[in-house]
Amino acid sequence: MKMFSLLLLQTLRIAIPYLFAASGGVLAERAGIVSLTLEGFMLSGAFCATLGSFYFGNPWMGLLLGLAGGAVFGALHAVATIRFRADQIVSAVAINLMVVGLTRFFLRLAFDSSSNSPRVAGFGGDGNAGVLATFANPLVWLGVLVMPVLAWVITRTRFGLRVRAVGEKPEAAATLGVSVHRIRYGAVIASGALAALGGVYLALDQHQFTDQMTAGRGFIALAAVIFGRWTPLRAGVACLLFAFAEAVQIQVQGAGVLPSQFVSMIPYVLTLVALAGVVGRAVPPAALGRAEG
Amino acid sequence: MSGAATGTVAVRMRGVTKHFGPVVANRDASLDVGAGEIHAVVGENGAGKSTLLRVLSGMFAPDGGTVEVFGRDVTGWSTADAIAAGVGMVHQHFMLVPTLTVAENVVLGREPMAGLTFDRALAERELEALSRRTGLACVPSRLVSELSVGEAQRVEILKTLYRGAKLLILDEPTAVLSPPEVDELWRVLRTVRDGGATIVLVTHKLDELMEVTDRITVMRHGATVAQLRTSETTPAAIATAMVGRAVRLDARGMPVGSGSAGAAEAVGLGASENDDRAAETAGAPPDSMIASSARDRITRTIPAAIISSPAPAPTYTDAPRLRITSLTVPGPRSPCAVDGVSLSIAPGEILGIAGVEGNGQTELVEAIAGLRAATGGTIVVDGTDVTRFPIGKRLAHGITHIPEDRHARGLVLDYSVADNLILGRQKQFSSSGAINRARTLAFAEDRIKAFDIRPADPTLPARALSGGNQQKVVVAREMPPDLRVLLAAQPTRGVDVGAIEFIHDQLRAARRAGKAILLVSAELHEILALSDRVAVMYRGKIVTEMPRADASEDVLGPWMTGATS
Amino acid sequence: MDDGCHLVNPTTTAAFEEGVLPTLTALIVALVAGDLLILSYGQAPGEVWRLMLTGTWGNAYGIGQVLYKATTLVFTGLSVAIGLRAGLFNIGAESQLAAGGFCAGALGLLLPAGMPPWVAIPMCLGAAMVGGALVGLVPGVLRARFGAHEVIATIMLNFIVLALLNWAISATGLAVPETLHTPAVASTAIPRLAAYLPAFHGSAANLTIVLALLAAIVAAWLLFRSRFGYELRAVGLQPLAAESGGIRVPRIWVLSMVLAGAVAGLGGTNFVLGYKNYFEDGFSGGAGFLGIAVALVGRNNPFGVLLAALFFATLSQGGLAIHALVPKQMVEVLEGIVILAVAVSVPEVRRLLRARPVRAAAPAVVQG
Repeated sequence: MKMFSLLLLQTLRIAIPYLFAASGGVLAERAGIVSLTLEGFMLSGAFCATLGSFYFGNPWMGLLLGLAGGAVFGALHAVATIRFRADQIVSAVAINLMVVGLTRFFLRLAFDSSSNSPRVAGFGGDGNAGVLATFANPLVWLGVLVMPVLAWVITRTRFGLRVRAVGEKPEAAATLGVSVHRIRYGAVIASGALAALGGVYLALDQHQFTDQMTAGRGFIALAAVIFGRWTPLRAGVACLLFAFAEAVQIQVQGAGVLPSQFVSMIPYVLTLVALAGVVGRAVPPAALGRAEG
Repeated sequence: MSGAATGTVAVRMRGVTKHFGPVVANRDASLDVGAGEIHAVVGENGAGKSTLLRVLSGMFAPDGGTVEVFGRDVTGWSTADAIAAGVGMVHQHFMLVPTLTVAENVVLGREPMAGLTFDRALAERELEALSRRTGLACVPSRLVSELSVGEAQRVEILKTLYRGAKLLILDEPTAVLSPPEVDELWRVLRTVRDGGATIVLVTHKLDELMEVTDRITVMRHGATVAQLRTSETTPAAIATAMVGRAVRLDARGMPVGSGSAGAAEAVGLGASENDDRAAETAGAPPDSMIASSARDRITRTIPAAIISSPAPAPTYTDAPRLRITSLTVPGPRSPCAVDGVSLSIAPGEILGIAGVEGNGQTELVEAIAGLRAATGGTIVVDGTDVTRFPIGKRLAHGITHIPEDRHARGLVLDYSVADNLILGRQKQFSSSGAINRARTLAFAEDRIKAFDIRPADPTLPARALSGGNQQKVVVAREMPPDLRVLLAAQPTRGVDVGAIEFIHDQLRAARRAGKAILLVSAELHEILALSDRVAVMYRGKIVTEMPRADASEDVLGPWMTGATS
Repeated sequence: MDDGCHLVNPTTTAAFEEGVLPTLTALIVALVAGDLLILSYGQAPGEVWRLMLTGTWGNAYGIGQVLYKATTLVFTGLSVAIGLRAGLFNIGAESQLAAGGFCAGALGLLLPAGMPPWVAIPMCLGAAMVGGALVGLVPGVLRARFGAHEVIATIMLNFIVLALLNWAISATGLAVPETLHTPAVASTAIPRLAAYLPAFHGSAANLTIVLALLAAIVAAWLLFRSRFGYELRAVGLQPLAAESGGIRVPRIWVLSMVLAGAVAGLGGTNFVLGYKNYFEDGFSGGAGFLGIAVALVGRNNPFGVLLAALFFATLSQGGLAIHALVPKQMVEVLEGIVILAVAVSVPEVRRLLRARPVRAAAPAVVQG
C-alpha cells in the first residue's frame, strides 16, 4: 500500500513538467502552429527561473522570470513563423538549438560553470520529498489544474473558440474580422509561458539548473499532445500515463524486469502507434503548420 | 419592389483597378447597385467579377478607384470595417470551420459573452430566433462538417444576417447546388431582399439571373462593359456583351500571353476563316443557342460565337475502344459517387458527359485514369481489361488524361516546360537511369511548335506561362501518337478564348485520328460543340444518352437537373 | 512572338538571389548577435572573430578538424536535403547517423581480425548504409501506408533508436568495461589524411571526406539528372501531378527516406571507421540536427550542402578555438541564429523577388 501511494506520488511529480509543456503544446497546435519548440521553451523557463531565484533569493521571482523567458522565446517563434512565415519546423529546430546554447553560455557567464548553477531557493523540499512537501509546492497544484483549466479555455471562452477556428480554417476566421495573427500570437506566446512552467518546476524542485536538465521532456510532452489527439484532457491523461511508466521503472529498477531504455521508449512507441492509426486515428488541426493566415 | 426605383444607392464603385503582381484583374471597373435590389455581376471566367466584389467586401484593397457604400467613401476598407458597416460576403468556397457547430460558426468574431465565457446557449437561442425570422432553417448545435452543401450555404447566409448585413454579396452561389437547393436559395434571397437588404451576386449562368435579378452588370477583361435592367434585356444581348462581339474567335497568329498586356488583350478579337468548320458560325450566333428557358440551368461561359456544328457523324462499325461496364466508384462524400455506370466509345468518337458539377463526373474520369479505385465494374480498352492497372500501366496502354485541376494535377509548376512535357513518359526519355536532356529538349521544341505554346522556350518554368499556354502544355503531353483513349476533363476551364479554340481543334484532330475521347465539361456549349454523342450524368448515374443531332440545351437541361428521368 | 533577347534567363537570376540573399542576411544577423554575446562576456569582438579564423583556417590542424567535422555534416545535410526534395522533412538524421555508426562498428567486431581492410572497410560501409536505411525505412513506410507525418515519426524514432543503441552498448556486453564504447578494430580503420599529408598530423580528418565528396556528386546526379530524381522532385513539388504522371508517390516516399537514411548512416563511418575505430554511445552529438541547418543553408542542393557543411564545421571548430576568451557554446547560439535568420528571410526574399515583374511571364488578364 505504502509502495503504491509512493508510486502515485512519484507519477504526479514526474507528470507535472509534462502537463505544463503539453498544455502549451495543445494551445499552440490548436491555433495551427507546430509545437516542436516545447523543449526549448521548458529549458529557457528552467534557466530564467534559476536566475530569478538566485538574484532575488525568492522562488516567486524565479517563477515570474521563468514565465517571461518562455514567453520571449514563444514570441520569437511567433514572429518568425507568423510575421515572416518561416517554416515552423525549421524555426523550432533553431530555437531549441539556440536555447541550449544560450543557457550554456549564460551558465558560464552568470555562474562560471559548464554544468550547473549553485543551489537556489525553490519550492518545497528537494530530492525524494514526501507527500506534504510535494503538495507544499504551488506548481504542483498549478500543474494538476492546468489541463482542466485549458480545457475550459478552449471549449468555453471566446479566445478558445477563436483558437479552434484559426487552427482549423484561418481564412474563415479572417473573413469574419477575427485577426488570425493576433490569436496565433497570443496562443504561441502563452504556449511558451505554459511550457516554461514545466522547466520552472524542474529547476525550483531541484533547487538548481543543470545543463540540458529538461532532457527531452518537451518531446515527451509533444508525444502526449499527439497521443491525446490535441485535446487538453486526453493529453493530460497521456502525460500521466507516460509518467506512470517512468515511476514504475524507477520502483522496479534493478529488479531486471525491463531495461530502463525500453521504459523510456514507451511514450515514443505509443505515439508512433497512434500515428499509424492502430488505436484511433490521430487527426491534427487542419491548418497545422500552414503559414497562410 | 425594385429598390432602384427608390433612388437610394447602395454601392457605387468607380474606376477600380486591381493588380496581382504583373496580372491585371480589374481595370477601370465600375458597379452601381441600388438599395433593395438583387443585382447580378456576370462575365466569362477571368472577367474580374470575384475580384471586384472582394474589393467591395474589404478583402482586397484596390490599386486605384473609389468604393462608396451607402453614400460613404470606404475605399480600401478592411473586412472588419465592411462587416461593421453591414456588408457580408458569402464565398464560393465556404468559409466555415468544419469542427465547430453551426452556432459557433455564426457568432464567431462577435460572440455573445456571459462573464468570462462565451455564452453558447444565448448564441443558439439568437440563431434560432434569426432562423425563424428569415425562414432559413438550421440546427444550431450541429457540427458544420455534417452539413450538406445547401445547408452549409444557408449557414453562410445566416452568418452575414447575424451581423446585420444590409448588403449581401454572393460569389457564384449556385455553382455547387443541386436544382432544388437552387430554387430554395432564390426563395431565401427574395425573402432577405424583401426584408430590406440589398443583394449582389456573381454568376456566369444566364438563365439564373433572368429569373431573380433586377439589374445586371456585365464585365469583360477586368472592366465593366454594360449595365442592364433585367426586364429590358435578353440572354442574347447579355451574351453578346460578355463576349464582346459575335465573331468567330481565333488566336492563330495572334500573340497569346506573350508578355505584353496589349497583345494578350487583342486575343479573341480577330475573326478568321481558319478551317473547315468555321464558316457557318462566323457571324452572329444562331439564336437558338442563346435563348433558353428559365428552367434549365445551363452555363454560358463559352462564347456562343465559337460553337461550330460537329463533323458529319462517323459510322461506328469498329469495336469500341473504351468499354465501361457497371462501374461503381466511391467519392469523398458518398460510397457510390459513380453508381453502376456503363458506357462505350468507338474509335474516332467524342462522347460528351454533360451534367451539373459534383454528380460523379470527376470520380468517373479519375477511376478510368487510375487515380481512384473502383469498387465494382470493369474498364476495358481495346479488349484489355485495365480495371486493376496502376496509373503508369494505363498510360503505357494509351489512356491519357487532361485533369480538371491544371495547377494541382496537370503540371509541376516549378518544372520547365520540357520536363512537364515528358511527365508520365519519363521512362521513354531516359537511358540507363538518366533523363536524356537532348532528347527531352528536342521533343519539347517539337511539341511547342506543334501546339503553339508561347513563349517558345522549353526551359522556362511552367509557372511563368499564361493559363492558356499551361493548358496547351498539358494537352500536348496527353496527346501522344500511341493514344487510344483521351479523358478530357474541363479541358478549357479558366483558359483564354484563343486557347479554347486551339484546344478544341486538337480534340477534333484526335477524333479524326481515330482516338476515343471522353469529354467532361461543365460548359454545355463545349459539349455540344465537340461531341458525337452526349450522355448526362446525374447523381452518379448516366440518366440519358443520345446522338449529338438529338441533343440541345432544351433537351439536356431537364435531364441535368433531374427534372426528367 | 517577340520574346526580346533575354541573355540571362530571368528565373536563373532569381534562383541565385533566392539562394544567396538569405544566407548573407543570416551572416550579418549572426555577426551582430555574436558581437553582443562577446561584449556581454567582456571581450573584444574583433579579437574573438580573428581567433576563430586563425584557429580554423589558419593552420593545418585547424583545417583538418574543420574538414573532419564537415565530412559528417555533408552526409547528414545530404540526407535532409534528399528528404526535402521529396517533400519529406527528415528530422531523423541524428538517429540514422548513430545507427549507421553502430552497424559499421558492430560488423567490424564480428569480422575476423585478419581480414584485409580493402574487404572489411567496404563491408562496414555497407553495414552503415543498411543501418541508416532501416531507420529511414520506418517513417517512410508509416507515411506511405498510414499517412503518419514524417516529422513526428522521425523525432519519436530518434528517441527510440538512441535508447536502443544505448541499451545495446551498455547492457549486452558489447562495450569495453566501464566505458560506453566498443573495443577498437584496427582492420576496419579508414586512413587519416595525415598519412598522405603530414601537415594534418593530429587532426581527425580522414579519407571518409572523399566518400562525402562522392556522395554529394552522386546525390546531385541522382536528384537532377536521373529518372529517379526527376520523379522524386516531382513528388516533392506537386504530389498530385506526379501521381497523375504515373509516379507511385508512396513508393517514392519510402525510397527517398531509405536513401536519406542510408546517406546519414554512411556519415557514421567518419567517426567510427575514420577517427576512433570504435562505436561510442552518443557520438552523433547533434550532427544529425545540424544537418537540417546544412540542408537549409545549402538550399537542398548537394553542392550548396558542401559549402554549408564547411561553414557550420568552421563555426563548430571555431567554438573550440575561442574557448579561452568566450565560452564555446556561443557557436551553438550562432548556429541557431543562422538557421532562424535563413528560415525567416527565405520566404521574405522570395516574396520580394516575386513582386518584381518578370518580363517573360506576363499574362494580361488572369482568371478571377
